[in-house]
Amino acid sequence: MNVTQATRLVAEREIRVKLRDRTFLFGTLFFLLIAAAGTILPPLFAGGPSTVAVTESAAGPLRAAGLEVRVVADDRAAEQAVHDDDVDAAVVSGPAVLAMDEAPDDVVRALSTQPTVRLLDPDAVDPVVAFLVPFVFAFVFFLTSQTFGVQIAQSVIEEKQTRIVEILVAAVPVRALLAGKVVAGAILAFGQIALIAVVAVLGLQFGDSGGLLTLLAPAIGWFVPFFVVGFVLLAAMWAAAGSLANRQEDIAAVSTPVQLAVMLPFFAVIFLNDNATAMRVLSYLPFSSPTAMPLRLFTGDAAGWEPIVSLVILLLAAGAFLLAGARVYEGSLLRTNGRTSLRTAWRERETIG
Amino acid sequence: MGRVTRTLRLHGVDRSFGDRQVLRNVSFDVAAGRMTGFVGANGAGKTTTMRIILGVLAPDAGEVSWGGTKLTRQDRRRFGYMPEERGLYPKMTTREQVSYLGRLHGLDAVAARRATDTLLDRVGLGERGDDLLETLSLGNQQRAQIAAALVHDPEVLVLDEPFSGLDPLAVDTVVSVLRERASAGTPVLFSSHQLDVVERLCDDLVIIGDGVIRAAGSRQQLRDSYTVPRYELVVETDAGWVRDHPGVTVVELDGARVVFDLPAGTDEQPVLQAALARGPVRAFRPVSPSLTEIFREVTQ
Repeated sequence: MNVTQATRLVAEREIRVKLRDRTFLFGTLFFLLIAAAGTILPPLFAGGPSTVAVTESAAGPLRAAGLEVRVVADDRAAEQAVHDDDVDAAVVSGPAVLAMDEAPDDVVRALSTQPTVRLLDPDAVDPVVAFLVPFVFAFVFFLTSQTFGVQIAQSVIEEKQTRIVEILVAAVPVRALLAGKVVAGAILAFGQIALIAVVAVLGLQFGDSGGLLTLLAPAIGWFVPFFVVGFVLLAAMWAAAGSLANRQEDIAAVSTPVQLAVMLPFFAVIFLNDNATAMRVLSYLPFSSPTAMPLRLFTGDAAGWEPIVSLVILLLAAGAFLLAGARVYEGSLLRTNGRTSLRTAWRERETIG
Repeated sequence: MGRVTRTLRLHGVDRSFGDRQVLRNVSFDVAAGRMTGFVGANGAGKTTTMRIILGVLAPDAGEVSWGGTKLTRQDRRRFGYMPEERGLYPKMTTREQVSYLGRLHGLDAVAARRATDTLLDRVGLGERGDDLLETLSLGNQQRAQIAAALVHDPEVLVLDEPFSGLDPLAVDTVVSVLRERASAGTPVLFSSHQLDVVERLCDDLVIIGDGVIRAAGSRQQLRDSYTVPRYELVVETDAGWVRDHPGVTVVELDGARVVFDLPAGTDEQPVLQAALARGPVRAFRPVSPSLTEIFREVTQ
């Protein structure tokens, strides 16, 4: 059996155990519900076209606009219908639009002539969307890497705490243990996000907000590779941090640097996302590039070559952190007496064959 | 591999932790088909030695060989190991994790499942196999641990304190499983601080003290080489007169019963004749030293 096979076995076990974990299952279900609710409900609440009461003579343009027209005998009957809540609005002679407490935009539009609109910068993004998308990207990366990172660390500590690690290390290379955990974490994290994305896309289609989707597609396309590589980088850190601890209680103490590496870029991207210079820098730094670069692509600020360069930098950083993480992991995995310092772990690993 | 080549050999193994040297030139053999007991006080170096055999720790000097060649990771994958500090995954069923460990040791899925089923029945866990490990009693967790060490039908067995924490019934089960493996030709090395258990079980014995091998060999050899001529005599009345018999050193005197040593090469019959001259003799026999006594002597 080689390292790859051992890695697969380890990853399989991690995934199998996780898929039976109720907290994980309910968490995923919860996110799915939020994604479905967030995309399906708003259009539903917006409701269909307004119903409007009007005399036959004035009904033509309203019908043409696709409104639901109820023909009434005269203006008084029309007003009464609004009072009785039988219709959303009425059109009376004038013409004037009657409604109870909210101006019915679609009725007003049907009766007015609108100027032709020519967009001079058609790529410009709706300000609401422009605010939401960075937040969602940063939040998804932050939450996922945090959740699954902690789980990787916990799984490392569990093996140390129960001492099964000694049997594992005697059977398979330490690297396979580390790799299996990182791979399993990445698969689970990515699977969860993909599932949520599918639900969100279906929801957007269902709610007829497909236009947003076309707009997001290129940014999401780049988010995927950045997310995967960025996740691997953080996962290596989480695993190494976990191996320094000896009990689940120590996890907070050993993972502070990792928490910072997740948290600082998150807030930087959230607060600096309208500062072009800051975003340019953030989009190249390994810890923030997974969220910052797809964002710059989304807002159209980044040239075509930029994500490629940034991804290469991220890949190199992830490779370096995997190697460093593996060394710390090897150096501390079998030290089951109290917490291991990073320095000891780095310098005194066993050169086992 | 024949019996001769199926020997696990430690040769000149040194190991230090920081400034503290815990193993000094440790050499001994674990022979095929024999149960080798490994005894020593706490901190004498048993666990470190076993970890080095399994490749969990690296030796500073010296080497471990199997069948005449230096141990590799591939060899070790076919070893069975039960560490001193026990533990399996609490949130997995026994069946699942024993089978998982079988696969990590190189079995395919079908073989791992089959071996697990057989073994769990053998150690008396067949019924509880699908329970989460954390719901089992400590004794049953220990049985699961034995199953985990044996699932891949290991070529060598290294067990650190396999009997500690076991009830007498479980000890019998484990002993018979280990005997079975040993008689099938597997070298078995087990450590224990319960000298009576070791005395009952082992064919060969390795005694370690302060990181140095104090004695190693078959149980009988050790007995013979550490025996001073010692005898027990039981007479009808008081045996106090034996103290005054020429050459005798009394070890124990309790009314009519006396245990005494004679200088090497001294004939013991004159003592018996002297006893018979004083009255009836109920018993007169040579006494072999117990393992505890040998242990005390070599580790002092």
